[in-house]
Amino acid sequence: MPLADARARVPELLVVQHDPVADAAWLDRLALGCNRYTPLVAIDAPDGLILDIAGAEHLLGGEAGLIDDVEMRLSRLGMSVRVALGPTADAARALARYQTRPAPDEDQAVRRLPVAALELEAEATTALVRAGLKTIGDLASRPMANIAARFGAAAATALRRILGDAPSPLDPRVAPPPVATERRFAEPLGSSAHATKVLAELLDQAAIELRERGKGGRHFRATFFRSDGLARSIEIETGHPTRDTALVMRLFAERMDSLADPLDPGFGFDMIRLAVPRLEMLGATQLKLEGGAVRDAKMDELVDRMTTRLGRGRVRRLLAADTHIPEQAQLALPAIDAPPPAPWQAPEPGEPPTRPFHLFDPPQPIEVIAEVPDGPPHQFRWRRQAHAVRRYEGPERIAAEWWRRRDNAGLTRDYYRVEDAQGRRFWPFRHGLYEEQERPLWYIHGVFA
Amino acid sequence: MPHESHPNIAGLRRRLARITGEAEPRGQSTGRLASGHAGFDAALGGGLATGRLHEFFAADALDATSAAAFAALLALRCSEDAPLVWLRTADAGRRSGQLYAPGIAELGGDPDRLLLIEAPDPRLLLACANDAIRCAGSAAVIVESWGRWPALDLTAGRRLALGARDAGTSLLMLRLGAAPSPSVAETRWSVAAAPSRALEANAPGAPAFDLELLRRRGGAAGGRWQLEWNHDEHVFGPKVGEAALPGAVLPMAARRAVLPHGAAAA
Repeated sequence: MPLADARARVPELLVVQHDPVADAAWLDRLALGCNRYTPLVAIDAPDGLILDIAGAEHLLGGEAGLIDDVEMRLSRLGMSVRVALGPTADAARALARYQTRPAPDEDQAVRRLPVAALELEAEATTALVRAGLKTIGDLASRPMANIAARFGAAAATALRRILGDAPSPLDPRVAPPPVATERRFAEPLGSSAHATKVLAELLDQAAIELRERGKGGRHFRATFFRSDGLARSIEIETGHPTRDTALVMRLFAERMDSLADPLDPGFGFDMIRLAVPRLEMLGATQLKLEGGAVRDAKMDELVDRMTTRLGRGRVRRLLAADTHIPEQAQLALPAIDAPPPAPWQAPEPGEPPTRPFHLFDPPQPIEVIAEVPDGPPHQFRWRRQAHAVRRYEGPERIAAEWWRRRDNAGLTRDYYRVEDAQGRRFWPFRHGLYEEQERPLWYIHGVFA
Repeated sequence: MPHESHPNIAGLRRRLARITGEAEPRGQSTGRLASGHAGFDAALGGGLATGRLHEFFAADALDATSAAAFAALLALRCSEDAPLVWLRTADAGRRSGQLYAPGIAELGGDPDRLLLIEAPDPRLLLACANDAIRCAGSAAVIVESWGRWPALDLTAGRRLALGARDAGTSLLMLRLGAAPSPSVAETRWSVAAAPSRALEANAPGAPAFDLELLRRRGGAAGGRWQLEWNHDEHVFGPKVGEAALPGAVLPMAARRAVLPHGAAAA
């Protein structure tokens, strides 16, 4: 029905644009909130969640208690929910979406589902109904080989999954962490300060477990579950494995300070969970007498703090890359997990540097006057200022990497080291030879010390 | 300290010294960032004091590279393998160019010692600088800023200087595209590129720097040196023929700075 017709029938109709991205984000938040029941929560786009509650239901007084809790919390958020339990993920999913009649047990319920629950293509479903196979039970009583031959392999697989004969693995939203501790509260915690204190205690617990396993965490995730069903995750990373509570708490404090929207307790937190998703070996260490280890530890801490405050991409180390194209010869990688350094090219004894101290990427265009077309610049204009070249050396010819590109694209560059009248040293280049281009352009690529 | 007529005044002076940070630094003996150039180091009592704040102004916007390279080379040559923390704003790469590790390696520095921190704005740059100087063990902390920096007032500068002194970290402030203004820096320099000594076929030679001492806390300001970097021996040497330059003579400013108002200018 077009919108105009609908409005004609119901004048007070409220119209909202469909926003699939916002829906997905909301579903993701709900999934995070459902992490309170089990760490294994999978998103069944666009509007479902699958929880693996094996071994977790007794915490809320069995399956019935769990269902009550889920319905209570989600309805408080204004959601209408259909909850179903099943022996496998696919069975539970089909029951939640297609069950219309009650059944004495799960097996019977699955068998009474309509064949639409298999979610085959429309033609296959119609064919099944025409053949008189209206329910899963009807289909299950037929030999599997016949179904596969008549309605396709997809139908057979879907059927086996719903009946539990084939595995229906869950793809959890986040993988369950190797180390996790949590605390639940009878009365919700109303203040963030208390929550932080509890987090420190959880960290102490996790540190004990980490020490027993000889491991340290590289990644910590604190999840604060609000009593209204929503949750907020805060994550930090460290450059080296650690189980030092004070250090990790400092990073968490740093992170919370730099949050655009601060941690909001709402009606209070009723559960806090700390997970350590990434572990690395960390043995007991002895401090060096000369203090090198202490200094390294302090620098690592600085890297962690700055990374937590500014983000991974803003705290970097430079790494050598094996290419002679100047702007690709260095990589700036996050310092928090930079690979071991590769050796740099050693300077030529007695020769001035051939590479600049500062590099412009992209290079900056200049206007050049040269005495002969493919000669060195005689004078150039950069940033509205004219520079007369007093000394020069070059060209250093750098060809494009023709062996990497099939179309052999890229122009040869002629680099010159030039010094102007004031003694400033620049690194201009001509982009393209005269054989390659009609009028090659000039650029400044760097400035020497 | 001159003889005090009243014991109370001596006590007050001590308290004042403690508050303003003029007292002896705790424990740490101050080392020196020596350049290797005899005349330059001698004039400064052995080099730039470590654990202090030093300012380097680029004489012109185009001298940014010279100022940056001088600060970096001085810090790198004076420590064995300690990391060099370099803070700049995110737009610095567009203005003065990205730090180019192959170029640093060709100057004899080890780019692996470099830790680059980019703050999104000048306000966060100051906050990060405050944290970075409190982390002992770096060769130096270089803070690069462009243009006026209103957030860095005298109070903020004082906080930085005290933090650097307590941790024993040398703080080298690179002020590019800015005019010198009152601050608490131990020394203040104006750095410019100097014409290099030509190699054969008139090729540009080793990096040369033109340094002018604008201010020195508790000492004579003024003085001008032309240094040349020797990347094989990791020292700054005199530019050959420098003695003939008039700049090597102590200029007027030095005599003026001996007067008390020189110290009060901070």
